Amino acid sequence: MSMGRRIRNLFSRSKLEQEIDTELRSHIEMRIADNVAAGMSPEEARRDALLRFGNPTLTKESVTAADAALKADALWRDLHYAARQLRRSPSFTITAVLTLALGIGANVIVFSVLNALILKRLDVPQANNLYNIVQKPHGYDNQSYPDYRDYQALNTSFSATAAYRIQRAGLSTGKTATKCWFYEVSGNYFDMLGVQPVLGRLFHADDEHGPNSAPYLVLSETYWRSYFSGDPRVIGSTVEINKHPFTILGVAPRAFHGTELFFWPDFWVPMVNEQQIEGYDFLSKRGNHGIWMLGTLKPDISPQQATDNLNSIARQLAARYSTFDDDLSARLVTPGLAGDQLGDASRTFLFGIMLLAFLVLLAACANLASIFAARTADRSRELAIRLAIGSSRWHILRQVLSEAVLISLMGGLVGTLFSAVLLRALTTWQPFAEMPIHVTVVPDASVYGVAILLSVASGLLFGLLPVRQIWATSAAQPMKSGAQSTTLFRRFTLRDLLLGVQITLCTLLVMSSFVALRGMVRSLHAPLGFQPQNVTLAETDMQMAGHSDDASLLIQQRMLEESARIPGVKAVGTINQPPLGTGGSSSPVYPQGTTEFRTSNSVLTAKYYSISPGYLQAAGTRLLAGRDFSWHDDAKAPKVSLVNDTFARKMFGSSDAVGRRFMTGDKSSYEIVGVLENGKYDSLTEPPTPAMFYALAQSTDSDTTLVVRSQLPPSEIAPALDRMLANIDSSLPFTIHSWPDALALVLFPARVATASLGIMGLLAALLAVTGVFGMATYSVSKRMKELGIRIALGAQPVQVIRSALGRPLALLLCGSATGLLLGTIASRLLAQIVYQASPRDPFVLAGVIVTMSILGLLAIWIPARRVLRLDPAPLLRED
Amino acid sequence: MSRNDLQGSLDLLVLKTLSQSGELHGYGIVLHIQRASDELLRVEEGSLYPALHRMQQSGWISSEWKLTETNRKAKYYRLTAAGRRQLQEAEKSFEQLVKGIRAILRYA
Repeated sequence: MSMGRRIRNLFSRSKLEQEIDTELRSHIEMRIADNVAAGMSPEEARRDALLRFGNPTLTKESVTAADAALKADALWRDLHYAARQLRRSPSFTITAVLTLALGIGANVIVFSVLNALILKRLDVPQANNLYNIVQKPHGYDNQSYPDYRDYQALNTSFSATAAYRIQRAGLSTGKTATKCWFYEVSGNYFDMLGVQPVLGRLFHADDEHGPNSAPYLVLSETYWRSYFSGDPRVIGSTVEINKHPFTILGVAPRAFHGTELFFWPDFWVPMVNEQQIEGYDFLSKRGNHGIWMLGTLKPDISPQQATDNLNSIARQLAARYSTFDDDLSARLVTPGLAGDQLGDASRTFLFGIMLLAFLVLLAACANLASIFAARTADRSRELAIRLAIGSSRWHILRQVLSEAVLISLMGGLVGTLFSAVLLRALTTWQPFAEMPIHVTVVPDASVYGVAILLSVASGLLFGLLPVRQIWATSAAQPMKSGAQSTTLFRRFTLRDLLLGVQITLCTLLVMSSFVALRGMVRSLHAPLGFQPQNVTLAETDMQMAGHSDDASLLIQQRMLEESARIPGVKAVGTINQPPLGTGGSSSPVYPQGTTEFRTSNSVLTAKYYSISPGYLQAAGTRLLAGRDFSWHDDAKAPKVSLVNDTFARKMFGSSDAVGRRFMTGDKSSYEIVGVLENGKYDSLTEPPTPAMFYALAQSTDSDTTLVVRSQLPPSEIAPALDRMLANIDSSLPFTIHSWPDALALVLFPARVATASLGIMGLLAALLAVTGVFGMATYSVSKRMKELGIRIALGAQPVQVIRSALGRPLALLLCGSATGLLLGTIASRLLAQIVYQASPRDPFVLAGVIVTMSILGLLAIWIPARRVLRLDPAPLLRED
Repeated sequence: MSRNDLQGSLDLLVLKTLSQSGELHGYGIVLHIQRASDELLRVEEGSLYPALHRMQQSGWISSEWKLTETNRKAKYYRLTAAGRRQLQEAEKSFEQLVKGIRAILRYA
């Protein structure tokens, strides 16, 4: 019977609700049966039964609510319903999920890096009490060994302090040495960190008895496996480090890789033996700042108290050793980032990128909110009907919200999976062949927490925006069918606002990435002070084959002679450590006539290098005035130096410095024989830095970089160099690579920054396209009939397009303009993160305008074509 | 009894009904309340069900699907031990309510 079916239809819902349906239905049917038995007609009996029962829909909802009140069931039911709704419109679901996946994925990646770099502590016991003790001025992160010993003896705030230093040496078991990276550490290093060996033993403080007293070595697990194939018999055997015998004591656990987050050393040796390895004794030199100091705070001492304590010691030391310590100061930083060098640089950048990633997510939410608002508007009839038959607004709202949260959770899941894959790739990647560096970014609980939080929050954000619509829906609406769709497009709606916001955000992001990219490109093209193209470098430390600084000179001269004879080589020279490499030292410079060499009397601090004659041509460094070195500038000749332009200007106030003199901390006086162009020495983004160059024969150094300029490709030069060097000393390990390759390390931050900013910009562009496209397509599809009538009445294509797509276009324009304005303001902030970023750059402005126009055209293209191809006849026949 | 009756009294009626009849379906409970109150108390029949389900969630009553004498599928409710205790408490507090109201009425 139709009446019976209607009753049943009222109750037709999911399986979970079927029980309730059956129960209520059986009640009504029993009443009908009783009524019929009492003599009513079937029709009368039914009406009476329904009347007595009350509103069945309402009853069912209340029953469902009663059932759900104490269970998670309600949530489940809503999610189930939402999933079904989403399955019904797969293209919408996929778009929404992917949009969110991009937004959330970007955030998860950036947050993971932020987490790994800045928030996470070292993986050692008591990492929370561990601090690096660095000097107050940023960039001065090292201590001298005597200062370290004094801090250690005098402080009352740390339960233990240790020192470490990263070094490179040649390790040999037979004849040839291999290059290794390792830590020189104080004897108490392992004990302070609470590290236990997996094999053999570690060294302790009582193994040290003065310089060169502890020729021991502890292997890292990875190195033990790869170099000694995990052979336990190596414990107790002797190997040579830079030709000095060291005994292998044991193997450190696999997870322990020192006290730097991203550096994986091959082994650890006691710092007291550094002289054997480095051929230079820094243990007694208070002026040589080359070690990192680590301290475990006592439990009841705050970092501030410890800092005060250290600074009062620093003042005592300054008074006692005024020559070297007169500006000593102390500051505590979180360990693991090369003192604070990495932390300093990456913090601002990462927080900046995090902000951008957050804006991407916000734009994605705005995008989804407008789609949701459109969907809700489309469903307003359905919603009105449901209200009319007694569903509550709260119930409907809950369902819309569960749809939103379901989408955002799926988006979060996809985004997290995607970023996990990317981060795994990042972790296994070794960015520099030369150094054992791994960027280990392993997502931990806090990363997943953030992912879930972001998902739910964004779901609520874009799900709650259409709430107003639901509240405004009146139950009477379905009666006035059809009328709504036209009026909806007359006013400025929530959707328009959302699209405007989205485009503004996207323009802002696109502009930021343009500004950053331009800044990068500019700083990459800033003069380096040398021409790396067509140059091959061969780097070694003669110390690895047991040669002292002075003995190295003869070998270096031979290397120069023989490499100059290789066919195709145009110029050769040596420098102890190439600029923009991993090393380099600086020293204070004093005016001529100084008698008290305390740091505060110095005029400037300059980078210093030892170069051979011919280096300038080989490196392509321009000599601005004066002359290059010759081999006559040797130990017997008066000391001479070349300085760069910045040095000359800072020291003498003009570049005219040839013939003038300066002094260094070892009390020797140098005559300036030439002035060189400025260059970059530590990083691309550094301000102009003073630098001086000593003659190799007057300032010998076992560190050697052979610089070979040739038109031949590096692949041909490298083997020839390799043969030549093997002839000279086969036991000496060399690294041969092209200079551009060698610069990878210094270009790395710039590349990472450019890539990440570029990706943010790309994501933003994608979102802008989908946003405008969605809006335009939607507005066209809603107005097909109206547009058809217009065309039938003879409207020109331009007029139709203007009326159909004018709104999205206007929004695109307004949004872009606002975005440009905001971008100009925001770029001031960006300029602090990215070197040479300027928002006033015409290229940036033009770039943003062109990009946004192309994006706009792209997004409008398909809907516009649809409008133009509109055939009014079938449309008008509809309905 | 109007639709907006005190929830507590409906609970009390249902619990008392079930304690007397052992096992009943919703329709049966409605009939019993009407009959026992000499048609004085008329429940809007649908409003009984949310109460039944809520009481079941609270563990006062349990339910079971069975066939009626006329071979119709129906959900039968019975009192649990917790429901019996609840009934005692509800009866006590209802007695106090009635006493209180009666006292006021006498005064007025």
